[in-house]
Amino acid sequence: MLHELTLSGLTAKLAAKEVSSREAMQACIDRIDAVDDQVNAFMSIDRDNALGQADAADVALAKGATHAGQPLLGVPVSLKDLFCAKGQPANCSSRILGDFRSPYDGTVVRKLRDAGAVLFGRLNMDEFAMGSSTENSAFGRTNNPWDLERVPGGSSGGSAAAVAAQECFGSIGTDTGGSIRQPAALCGCVGLKPTYGRVSRYGVVAFASSLDQVGPLTRDVRDSATLLGAIAGHDPHDSTSVPTEVPDYVAELGGDLKGTKLGLPREFLIDGIDPEVRAAFDAAVKQCEALGAEIHEVSMPHTEYGVATYYIVATAEASANLARFDGIRYGDRVDGDDLFSLYCNTRGQGFGEEVKRRIILGTYVLSSGYYDAFYLRAQKVRTLIKHDFEQAFETVDALITPTVPAPAFKAGEKMDDPLQMYLSDVFTISCNLAGTCGISLPCGFTSEPKLPIGLQLLGKPFGESRLLQIANAYEQATPWHTERAVL
Amino acid sequence: MADNDFDIKYVANLARIALSPEEEARLGAQLGDILGYVKKLEELDVTGVEPMAHAVPLANVFRADEVQPSIPQQDALANAPKQVNGLFVVPKIVE
Repeated sequence: MLHELTLSGLTAKLAAKEVSSREAMQACIDRIDAVDDQVNAFMSIDRDNALGQADAADVALAKGATHAGQPLLGVPVSLKDLFCAKGQPANCSSRILGDFRSPYDGTVVRKLRDAGAVLFGRLNMDEFAMGSSTENSAFGRTNNPWDLERVPGGSSGGSAAAVAAQECFGSIGTDTGGSIRQPAALCGCVGLKPTYGRVSRYGVVAFASSLDQVGPLTRDVRDSATLLGAIAGHDPHDSTSVPTEVPDYVAELGGDLKGTKLGLPREFLIDGIDPEVRAAFDAAVKQCEALGAEIHEVSMPHTEYGVATYYIVATAEASANLARFDGIRYGDRVDGDDLFSLYCNTRGQGFGEEVKRRIILGTYVLSSGYYDAFYLRAQKVRTLIKHDFEQAFETVDALITPTVPAPAFKAGEKMDDPLQMYLSDVFTISCNLAGTCGISLPCGFTSEPKLPIGLQLLGKPFGESRLLQIANAYEQATPWHTERAVL
Repeated sequence: MADNDFDIKYVANLARIALSPEEEARLGAQLGDILGYVKKLEELDVTGVEPMAHAVPLANVFRADEVQPSIPQQDALANAPKQVNGLFVVPKIVE
């Protein structure tokens, strides 16, 4: 069936004229009609618009356009609900944006269009990317395709679930503290968080501006390399995007792990890791060794301070970023007796509980009398965490860890205890604080029920190519990425 | 460990968020727990450590001072909750 293909499998068939882009797009729509009642990955789909883009790609292919020039020509790709695509909604899974329609294409969207992608659908997420389970969406939760009673992870839960349920050939998400890697791990797909500055954030609704990065979710590592190549690069519209060359990530794949030094951070392998996750991780490390990698134990002494640092820095930045949602220029307005009450009513009714919790926390840690004790101290600890990475990367090429301490949990399990929810991000958060790159890929399954387990590799800044090579070598030696959820 | 200094009403007011009494009670308690947890950072000696605002050492990023095309007025106003004569309508601010 067409929807089962990987992205590279589809481009081969498109190039050989065995299938059309319209057929591929229709296959996604048919699949969504068949399974998305159960998964609920998509908030909306503009079908006519999607099929129109597919027809345009077919015209281009007929006229001789190639995937050498446009690597995504005719390939249906879906977007998390916080990317601006002209004329389409961007609700961030929040009520506060009302019937907002983006007036312009963000840079990632424009680059995907330039690469020939057929962009369709708005994927569910935790409201404003705040959460680890997609339960914080104002439009209902997304279900894990491997077990519908369980969460898909978050905040890019819709993006991961749609790839795992084979409703699209790849998707784009964002990662502020693990929001691509954690759902990729829980749904059994590949999720890449590029180095801060690698991908433009222009036209991406901001959560925490010094941590947010855009990245792909795909069925395998090759597809991840293809999508990263399409979206990476300097953008004058984002002053934090870095003007360095974008390598040909796909061409650089291949090779074994001979001589590759992988670091095992002692502080990550703490008590409290699920035994099946630990066993799968240990087996993955052995597999890398068998492929020629040298394993070195390294120390990252500030790991245990990552979550606390993150929840100060990220909420502080969020409290400033989300000040723009005030009911004046866009979104829903709830009137009041005066301007002050208009603001309070609009935000009180428009934001969900987790967003309110984080804005209030961020406001507090920046407020007079608490700034030094919380925010400034957290910024200093962030420096120490970055030093941990710099030191580790003096001796190793990449770090190898589990992505998440446990497999997907049941919906509702952690909703009453936000702190427990935050602590599930312990392995993914420090990468964002340090600003480096990371990838999660499948490394096994639990037995009963069968749930995916994720392996995380963390690389040097702008070391995505090396990271993808290592991930590809492991993936090609193991069967995990070929397994599909039964729906 | 609860944080006794934390005044949810005061901070919600600073953040311009109206909370119901139930939300005040629930969020106040949860935020007390979270603040108790983040105080973990007090264990560390950060004397002499530079604060880090950003992962990438880019500074003074300028572009040429040239006129660029921008979004047409109608498009910029298309999402306004209220608009009249090409302008956003806002409540009266100055008496």
